[in-house]
Amino acid sequence: MDRVIRCIADNVVSPLGTTSRSNYDSVKAGRSGLERYESMGNITTPFVLSRVDRKVIDGLCAELGISGNYTFFEKFLLCSSVQAVRDSGIDASSDRVLFIVSTTKGNVSLLGQPEEGIAQERVLLAKAAREVTWFFGNPNSPIVVCNACISGVCAQIEAMRALCTGRYDYAVVIGADEQSPFIISGFLSFKAISDEPCRPFDKDRKGLNLGECAATVVLEASDVKDSGWELVCGAIRNDANHISGPSRTGEGSYLCLMEVRKECRRQELAFVNVHGTATAYNDEMESIALYRAGLIDVPVTGLKGYYGHTMGAAGIMESILSMYAVRDNTVLATRGYREQGTTYPVSVSSETRECKGSEFIKLLSGFGGSNAALLYRFVE
Amino acid sequence: MEMKGLDYVVLNQGNAQLTELYRAHIGDWPKFFKMDTLSKAGFVASELLLKKIGERRCEGDEFIQNRAIVLFGSTASLCADRNYQETIQDKDNYYPSPALFVYTLPNIVTGEIAIRNHWRGETSFYVLEEPDAAQMAFHLACAFQDSVTESILAGWVDSRMNDDFQVFMTIIRKEDAADTERLAGQLQLIINDLNK
Repeated sequence: MDRVIRCIADNVVSPLGTTSRSNYDSVKAGRSGLERYESMGNITTPFVLSRVDRKVIDGLCAELGISGNYTFFEKFLLCSSVQAVRDSGIDASSDRVLFIVSTTKGNVSLLGQPEEGIAQERVLLAKAAREVTWFFGNPNSPIVVCNACISGVCAQIEAMRALCTGRYDYAVVIGADEQSPFIISGFLSFKAISDEPCRPFDKDRKGLNLGECAATVVLEASDVKDSGWELVCGAIRNDANHISGPSRTGEGSYLCLMEVRKECRRQELAFVNVHGTATAYNDEMESIALYRAGLIDVPVTGLKGYYGHTMGAAGIMESILSMYAVRDNTVLATRGYREQGTTYPVSVSSETRECKGSEFIKLLSGFGGSNAALLYRFVE
Repeated sequence: MEMKGLDYVVLNQGNAQLTELYRAHIGDWPKFFKMDTLSKAGFVASELLLKKIGERRCEGDEFIQNRAIVLFGSTASLCADRNYQETIQDKDNYYPSPALFVYTLPNIVTGEIAIRNHWRGETSFYVLEEPDAAQMAFHLACAFQDSVTESILAGWVDSRMNDDFQVFMTIIRKEDAADTERLAGQLQLIINDLNK
């Protein structure tokens, strides 16, 4: 039998909680981390952001025994991964464990604000990731997936492939991004940010909100049948159309969906967890891709109204919450949605719905024309 | 069976060289002038490589349309990050530019190349500490687990400063990656050339 890739532990640290369970319960109860800011640093345009309280992270570090000279971004990675690794029971110092970090901008805030006791070279993503592997005493060179907004799904796909080769037994996949003025000003310059809580798929959507989150999955390669979440397959495809705008035909997302559909048992598909950034173009593009892939009738749910766009963490955190939702027979409400606002009517709702099935698809798209999807299945 | 070495292109001699090469060998893609150094370097190297192996841009050829682009680097978009940071650093001289911001993601270069060639396969950018042939060979071999990937445009792209870059590009076919150790050996030869 082929190796099965199973998720054996997970963690989410966000403004809504410091465990996956507390995050899921918060979202199900309708809580959101989004707040309005009038300014930040040199930014004087108002925006809405989901920001983690630094004191909570410092408190968590103390509780988890994370001490040393770390940047906020590194602490964020560690807070999530230390909990997930602890819960998995694996020995992370083994050379049979691969660490994969998913981030877009890592320690980029060091460029504008160098920190005492932190070497400036930690602005290099692999150097920041090395801090994490050193913490765990892991001897392997870490790899950082830096594929814009789709990084979190790509990192899980890369972990699955690395495990399938047999070289590793476990992969610790960690995603995080710090929302510094660097990223916020950039998205503001794109006129992509809304000054209100975002409205995914709604006809009045005005743009996205950014958010902070750190999320981890620990994946295991196994030759034996067991109960649990299996990462079945995934795909990454390019639109080959535009570097900063989605394709009008949803080409890359469509190709990704068609690829994961090959393994998907349609009657078992509980929902598609979409990107749903609430920009005019993204949500329209996703509706086209879902339609073209024959999935327009499948329940769709998006989490940006609770977390904002969490960049490197998005693909991992949104996969974890989807696992909890499937086990709870629930399609989480798409917060902010009111009225259909895409050409093709996706099955999205502002209310929590019941669902059946043991599988879900996670879909993402991002700058560089990149798209990615993966399929998770719960095996009893 | 005798296998020949990988075809490849190495560039590392400053920005002026890129514009010169563009004018001499490419010339029909004005988007080039909008790109940051990382994308220019990756784009020019990919064009020269495709010329070298005599591949024609061919719409409708599924084998080529499905080609993946998998690039590695250690500095990622650091050069573009610094350029963008300058536009937001000073309160009295604050002018964040979307044209600069978009290049603060290293996978943009994979998108630029995909657009030029109409390739709709996988595009990935991985950040490593250094050009480690074994690590690159392992992850390239992994990329062939995708059901449609038969060939990969693979390479190393790095740019620390606007006028300082290092790039190599090569095409890896599925059969080249069957023996990961051998592939690592071939990549090491290219890396040696890159560091000359």
